[in-house]
Amino acid sequence: MNHLLSIEDLDREEIERIVEQARRFAEVSDREIKKVPALRGRMVLNLFYEASTRTRSSFELAAKRLSADVVNFAASGSSVEKGESLKDTVLTLSAHKPDAIVLRTPWAGAAELVSKWCSAAIVNAGDGKHEHPTQALLDVYTLRQRLGGIDGASIWIVGDVAHSRVARSNIIAFQRMGAKVTVAGPPTLIPRGIEALGCEVRFTLDELDSADVVYALRMQRERMSESFLPSLREYAAWYQINGRRLGPRQVLMHPGPVNRGVELSGEVVDSPQAVITAQVEAGVVVRMAVLYELLAGSGMRPKGASPGPAGARQPQPDPDRPENVKQLA
Amino acid sequence: MDSNEKVVLQAEDVRRALVRVAHEIVERNPRPPAPVLIGIHRRGAYLARRLQAQLEELLDAEVPLGDLDIGFYRDDLQRRPDAPIVHASHIDFDVAGRTVVIVDDVMFTGRTARAAIEALFDYGRPARVQLAVLADRGHRELPIRPDYVGKNLPTSRAEHVHVRVSELDGVDEVAIEAGWVGVESMATA
Repeated sequence: MNHLLSIEDLDREEIERIVEQARRFAEVSDREIKKVPALRGRMVLNLFYEASTRTRSSFELAAKRLSADVVNFAASGSSVEKGESLKDTVLTLSAHKPDAIVLRTPWAGAAELVSKWCSAAIVNAGDGKHEHPTQALLDVYTLRQRLGGIDGASIWIVGDVAHSRVARSNIIAFQRMGAKVTVAGPPTLIPRGIEALGCEVRFTLDELDSADVVYALRMQRERMSESFLPSLREYAAWYQINGRRLGPRQVLMHPGPVNRGVELSGEVVDSPQAVITAQVEAGVVVRMAVLYELLAGSGMRPKGASPGPAGARQPQPDPDRPENVKQLA
Repeated sequence: MDSNEKVVLQAEDVRRALVRVAHEIVERNPRPPAPVLIGIHRRGAYLARRLQAQLEELLDAEVPLGDLDIGFYRDDLQRRPDAPIVHASHIDFDVAGRTVVIVDDVMFTGRTARAAIEALFDYGRPARVQLAVLADRGHRELPIRPDYVGKNLPTSRAEHVHVRVSELDGVDEVAIEAGWVGVESMATA
């Protein structure tokens, strides 16, 4: 694995390997000294163009538990506000020779682009409405801890599917792990053609009781430039997961942050069915496993990248972009 | 059985070697509290479990047992082509102030022992750390020596030493497999 750009790049075996590795890493957090020297001398750059609490802090904690050095770069308060492009920012920061860049942007496909501009391993921590692969991995991890396995489980993903990168990554990951996925929500928030991913589509919650797992999505008001809904109250009346709709044996998940009273009622957030805090805990160990997978070892990976003098990967020359090669060499 | 392989310790020899090591541990640590045992994944962990039974009988006291995977602490982590699989460690007692006996199957370069000592200190500050191995095959690359040795096995670097335990391999034995004969002289076991 050179990069983690999309959950689509991982087959079931690879997902299982990462999740299994994460389970073994959980023990590190119980030690007196909560870190191991596995990635000593490696540098992880967190490059965040969007607000994030849990993803950024859990990547930072994961890197630190493995003894990597962490540099956080938030776009607000930086040269980005002066108009620096993504490419120039990445090339500038590459001069510090990070071994991995954890990237969150509002632009779909940005992670893949960046992977072509520099030699670091790229971890997609959310690119617009496209993907959020580590969220999918930690959700698979959380469900396996809770249910033992997810083969054959029925998982309903409810709410604002249209603006959700979590939905896209999770539909793929859950199905790859053998689950049956149904998406449900108002027609304006279900993208047309989503069935192509292999999931079923419902526009009401009438059959919600057939689900083993209810995965509620956050109503992403910041991504809505036009009106998709008459009102949030109307949405809540039809699609909110509340004590009346959630069964006692169902598992409730949410990627956070929760809009209490919108997609979830307060009572179900605090119910025993909810594994929302377990998802946050899983975030650290799963991201440890991802960073370990990408950065431990010499980097003698299939594409023929060889370790540089400081263990850093050599830039992969791109003939179309001689100026980049010169920048990075 | 592979014709390149010579069994140097049979099940009975392994048992006797462990009994002797257990007695030596008791001799060196006669006063309570009892030492604690930490086996190194994977075969060291099984050997430690057997030593635990012996020690508890000899000392008539509880001997805490843990196991340790040193994968994160390997000094060749950045040089290996791929990240090694790391297993969970289990040390659910406090090592601070205790005498810790690290148990491994084979002592070779000493790098595993170094990594184990480093890992152990992340769990607390032991009063004393000792090292017990079933077989010492020599060729040390670090200034580390075991405190308890089941059997000294003079080997050449080209040879491989296989420790087998019944829990994993169906049989207790130690065997030496010939490497490239002629590259280095064959040592006698």
